[in-house]
Amino acid sequence: MTAIQHPRVQRPGIRRISAGRRFKDRFVQALVYLSFAIAVVPLVAVLWMVISNGLARFDMEFLTHSMRNIGAREIGGGAYHAILGTLEQVLLASLISIPVGLLTAIYLVEYGRGGRLSRAISFFVDVMTGIPSVVSGLFILAFWILALGMPFSGFAGALALSILMMPTVVRSAEEMLLLVPNDLREASYALGVPKWRTIVKVVLPTAFTGIVTGVMLAIARVTGETAPLLLTVFFTDSINSDPLNGPQMGLPLYVFDQAGRPTDAAIDRAWAGALTLILIVMLLNLVARLIGWWRSPSRGR
Amino acid sequence: MSQQIQVSGLDAYYGKHKAIEDISMTIDPQSITAFIGPSGCGKSTFLRTLNRMHEVIPGARVEGKVLLDGEDLYAADVEPVSVRRMIGMVFQRPNPFPTMSIYENVAAGLRLNGRYAKSEVDGIVEDSLKGSNLWNEVKDRLNKPGAGLSGGQQQRLCIARAIAVKPEVLLMDEPCSALDPISTLAIEDLMAELKSKFTIIIVTHNMQQAARVSDRTAFFNLAGQGQPGRVIEMDDTSRIFTNPAQKATEDYITGRFG
Repeated sequence: MTAIQHPRVQRPGIRRISAGRRFKDRFVQALVYLSFAIAVVPLVAVLWMVISNGLARFDMEFLTHSMRNIGAREIGGGAYHAILGTLEQVLLASLISIPVGLLTAIYLVEYGRGGRLSRAISFFVDVMTGIPSVVSGLFILAFWILALGMPFSGFAGALALSILMMPTVVRSAEEMLLLVPNDLREASYALGVPKWRTIVKVVLPTAFTGIVTGVMLAIARVTGETAPLLLTVFFTDSINSDPLNGPQMGLPLYVFDQAGRPTDAAIDRAWAGALTLILIVMLLNLVARLIGWWRSPSRGR
Repeated sequence: MSQQIQVSGLDAYYGKHKAIEDISMTIDPQSITAFIGPSGCGKSTFLRTLNRMHEVIPGARVEGKVLLDGEDLYAADVEPVSVRRMIGMVFQRPNPFPTMSIYENVAAGLRLNGRYAKSEVDGIVEDSLKGSNLWNEVKDRLNKPGAGLSGGQQQRLCIARAIAVKPEVLLMDEPCSALDPISTLAIEDLMAELKSKFTIIIVTHNMQQAARVSDRTAFFNLAGQGQPGRVIEMDDTSRIFTNPAQKATEDYITGRFG
């Protein structure tokens, strides 16, 4: 028997890495690092500016006093009314949009399954995601305040914010629920567990960490919204702890208001307000991380 | 404890596609029945019709009768959930709940279905883990996550979870296909022990496994591409593997096709 020969097919063999490949590798690596650096520059710059300018007025007086009876050129005063307003408005917006958003996501993933209704809902959620924030403010202004004759209030602001928040919550929760393997649902059904209990006890806990992260991102997004508040909670320099009645303040509004005034004292207050806003969002993120860590399955309980 | 299953004239569909057709068989209590046959011939589909898991898939439906000790599981007023409590299931891939510890996994069927005293649950968890030959390996780390076990241990955890709710019948859908030979042997030994308490039905692609563990064997096959699967032959395992009545069965088990 003669040996089989393939004259035209070269055997692969072991080759050395060529200089060209080495260069390409280095080049692309450098490109990746460069892009990363470019992406980080604005973030670091923003943080640096806000911290260095904001620290000047970031004191106890700022955190505990309102702007009541503070003249335009006077130093002093604070953002207590705005911090309180932001916390209340965001809390109310969360109370409205998290349950609605979560239940919508559960419907879409667990019950709708590509039916006509769920496709329609999906479409409108996508449309809602694209609503500019000022439009949601205008809508609440036209519908809630002008048509129904309700007063400017923190609650009206919360309504506008929840319009912005809801689609984000639905989308992120939907994606997290879709990540839960079907095997787990089947394992639960096979134990004789009803569908709703399977969702509550197996599906939601499995997706919990991801859902919390998504919800926190949604909260962080609306916390910094200015335009919808401008049209719905109006302005005030006094403390108004009742979100249902009368104009309130919000931190973004406070920054917007103070930054528009022509004195150094006001500009300093605006920077301190921006710093407070960033700290609040960071604190919320930290809490979300903690909840996620506390509930994560890898932590041997 | 375990009960007889009688199936008559059973068809199962995925939407318009008929996956299995006209299946009738009797499965004796306290025995192991193996389903063999080429891929896609409806073995798993048929297995899932036995505890009404088939209809969980959107568009899937079943026609025909499945009697568990004379009671039709597909009667109009039967709650599917109660059927699944009596007929447990072990899946191809081990699927412990990732958010739960070993203890919670075994207790899941009890805890998710009602209230039990802690001491009662403790006892059942221990019995079930002993029943699935896992107790000695995990007794010191019951509070660690179930997902941290090896594949074979996870599968035995899933068996413990299934037997903790004290079903009459245990369905196993290729329980060893993702496991190494040692773990497979452990599970086969376990099945031989469990046989005294449960009626066991196992789908397997491994014919040696069917020959080793089962008392009776059913051979499934398709008439052709796109045709529904049928039972070609069902008999005592020793007969199926030595002297089958049908030519198709003989061709399959001797490796001439499939």
